[in-house]
Amino acid sequence: MTALLEIRNLKAEIAGKQILNGYDLTVKAGEVHAIMGPNGSGKSTLSYVLSGRPGYTITEGQALLAGADLSQMSVDERAAAGLFLAFQYPLEVPGVATMTFLRAAVNAQRKKRGEEEMSSPDLIKSVKEIAKILDMDMEMLRRPVNVGFSGGEKKRAETLQMMLLQPKLCILDETDSGLDIDALKVVSNGVNQLRSKDRGIVVITHYQRLLDYITPDVVHVQSAGRIVRTGGKELALELEETGYASYQSEAA
Amino acid sequence: MAAVQETVEQVRRVGADQYKYGFVTDIESDLAPKGLSEEVIRFISAKKNEPEWMLEWRLEAYRRWLTMTEPKWARVDYPAIDYQDLYYYAAPKSTAGPKSLDEVDPELLRTYEKLGIPLHEREILAGVERPEGEERPRVAVDAVFDSVSVATTFKEELKKAGVIFCPISEALREHPDLVRKYLGTVVPTSDNFFATLNSAVFSDGSFVYIPPGVRCPMELSTYFRINEKNTGQFERTLIIADRGSYVSYLEGCTAPKRDENQLHAAVVELVALDDAEIKYSTVQNWYPGDENGKGGIYNFVTKRGDCRGANSKISWTQVETGSAITWKYPSCVLRGENSRGEFYSIAISNGRQQVDSGTKMIHLGKGTTSRIISKGISAGHSSNAYRGLVSAHRKAEGARNFTNCDSLLIGDACSAHTIPYIEAKNPSCVFEHEATTSKISEDVLFYCMQRGLSQEDATALVVNGFVRDVLQQLPMEFAVEAQKLISVSLEGSVG
Repeated sequence: MTALLEIRNLKAEIAGKQILNGYDLTVKAGEVHAIMGPNGSGKSTLSYVLSGRPGYTITEGQALLAGADLSQMSVDERAAAGLFLAFQYPLEVPGVATMTFLRAAVNAQRKKRGEEEMSSPDLIKSVKEIAKILDMDMEMLRRPVNVGFSGGEKKRAETLQMMLLQPKLCILDETDSGLDIDALKVVSNGVNQLRSKDRGIVVITHYQRLLDYITPDVVHVQSAGRIVRTGGKELALELEETGYASYQSEAA
Repeated sequence: MAAVQETVEQVRRVGADQYKYGFVTDIESDLAPKGLSEEVIRFISAKKNEPEWMLEWRLEAYRRWLTMTEPKWARVDYPAIDYQDLYYYAAPKSTAGPKSLDEVDPELLRTYEKLGIPLHEREILAGVERPEGEERPRVAVDAVFDSVSVATTFKEELKKAGVIFCPISEALREHPDLVRKYLGTVVPTSDNFFATLNSAVFSDGSFVYIPPGVRCPMELSTYFRINEKNTGQFERTLIIADRGSYVSYLEGCTAPKRDENQLHAAVVELVALDDAEIKYSTVQNWYPGDENGKGGIYNFVTKRGDCRGANSKISWTQVETGSAITWKYPSCVLRGENSRGEFYSIAISNGRQQVDSGTKMIHLGKGTTSRIISKGISAGHSSNAYRGLVSAHRKAEGARNFTNCDSLLIGDACSAHTIPYIEAKNPSCVFEHEATTSKISEDVLFYCMQRGLSQEDATALVVNGFVRDVLQQLPMEFAVEAQKLISVSLEGSVG
């Protein structure tokens, strides 16, 4: 069976500076992987390279989503193929109501996949259900995308988008940053609802805290642009004890 | 490729090919002799069967125009216009005074059909083209083709309400006293070079009179089309809202693609008496020229509204996407006590387009208020300037203005300028001015695309968000048209 995400010896750079340095990672459908590592180890870079952010160039190796070469796809094609990135710092889109944005996103993806557009009543119904799980006020969805949202509201909104779009592969980039404990529980609950045998989830985080709520199947330690150690969920606890110092020196 | 870079590339490719109104209608025309002289003015006046005073009015303006020089202060650049190399009157031959739509040349009707303008009232009434379940408001249309009005719809129904909506040439014959009372009282014949020229040679345009206390039962709309080569279009619009009345008026414009430039020097005058309100919306889509700046319309227009009565209100909303050069400042003279002026504008420039546009709010009366929201979007190699004047005279006790000018840049070869003039001669007035200039954010585009939107759709979404405050001011069916136009002007995704 083809892996959902297959990264082989991936090297990537920004503005001529190599950040990913021979990256290998395989995520199968149904699995939740956590990628942990010190600041500056290229964790966010991985998420940007996979999603195709302008300025991030693959120089060697491959990243395949369900067997398809990501480097051959535009940002929106990757999204339509089922790759979702929950941003560490979600962007504001002034003047565009969140509901309008959700409708545009859902239908753009459906159109690219040759599916029928979602009707407005169906969309509103789905959004309402998800908003309830995330303890979000529908009033928020009338406001422009992320404009004036608190840190917690932004992360809830990201999670709502993810739950609505039903991606194959979810990448959560430091979703726990800026969240208080209550919001963390709510968001984690949303992510856990997305766990399924058809879906892969990659949780990028600096701290173990998030993994108390989203239990990973596999934990990786990333340092200097590649994975240096892989283990089970107990590895996260070990890191909590020992810190990243030993990995930084190992990489250097 | 970076998203913004791609957008810029795409914008470059769009150029002239995206202008879908660029066709020419093959129709025989009646032309005045080329060039400008007293004879030509007499010819125009005679063609229209005008009263003697009107001819005198024109000739006086012409004589004054001869003494004037073309202004040069705008941030626009164009070769000298040879005023003797233009036709000042062109009329489709077969349509000299059609009595009904049946008498209108079918070729003309087809032209308007192509432009998506419904002229057949019966069809509209029968709801032929109405999408299922959608209640479409009815709109009365006056269609102006080159120098003449070819058809006005819903005349009978408007008449019942006492509303006069007809070509100004007809108004001069049927309601001469009304026209004479108001014509040139907002934009005098001596106002400026182009307005004076218009006063001498104006050919047609719309006339609207709303009687006291009447709320006009439908939207009124004029569609302007320049077809003939080397022809200037000089239409004149006069709208009078009598005491306590209300009217919403829409204006749309297109022209064929031609290599030479065409001059459009219109004058629009609005008069609002006590407690009256006029809402004037424009979707301007004249041919902008090709990507190298060849051809296109010079849109040098004088638009002014006079809030003559107490508590009157005039609101200008404009979406400007066309023309090689746009040079205009729809303005409000706030004469009546507690009168209000509004200006909402979206100006999009692409290719080699040049825009120098804005508004003037002249506060004369006590307690007058005004609001200006301007959104400029520049792409390609275009230049886009907002120029605005807010002034309060000595007696404008307690006048207030709020101005907000935002500019959005797409790519790095375009420019945006904001040039506000503020003059307050009364210490009690409060004027606020906000302005921002920003580049379209690559990060925001990436964010939208990560959610599945194509780069074109992402750009359109961001731009539509940017202009939302203004779009909301447009009547519904125009807002939809404007939204589409914004996408076309910037991406060429619709076509």
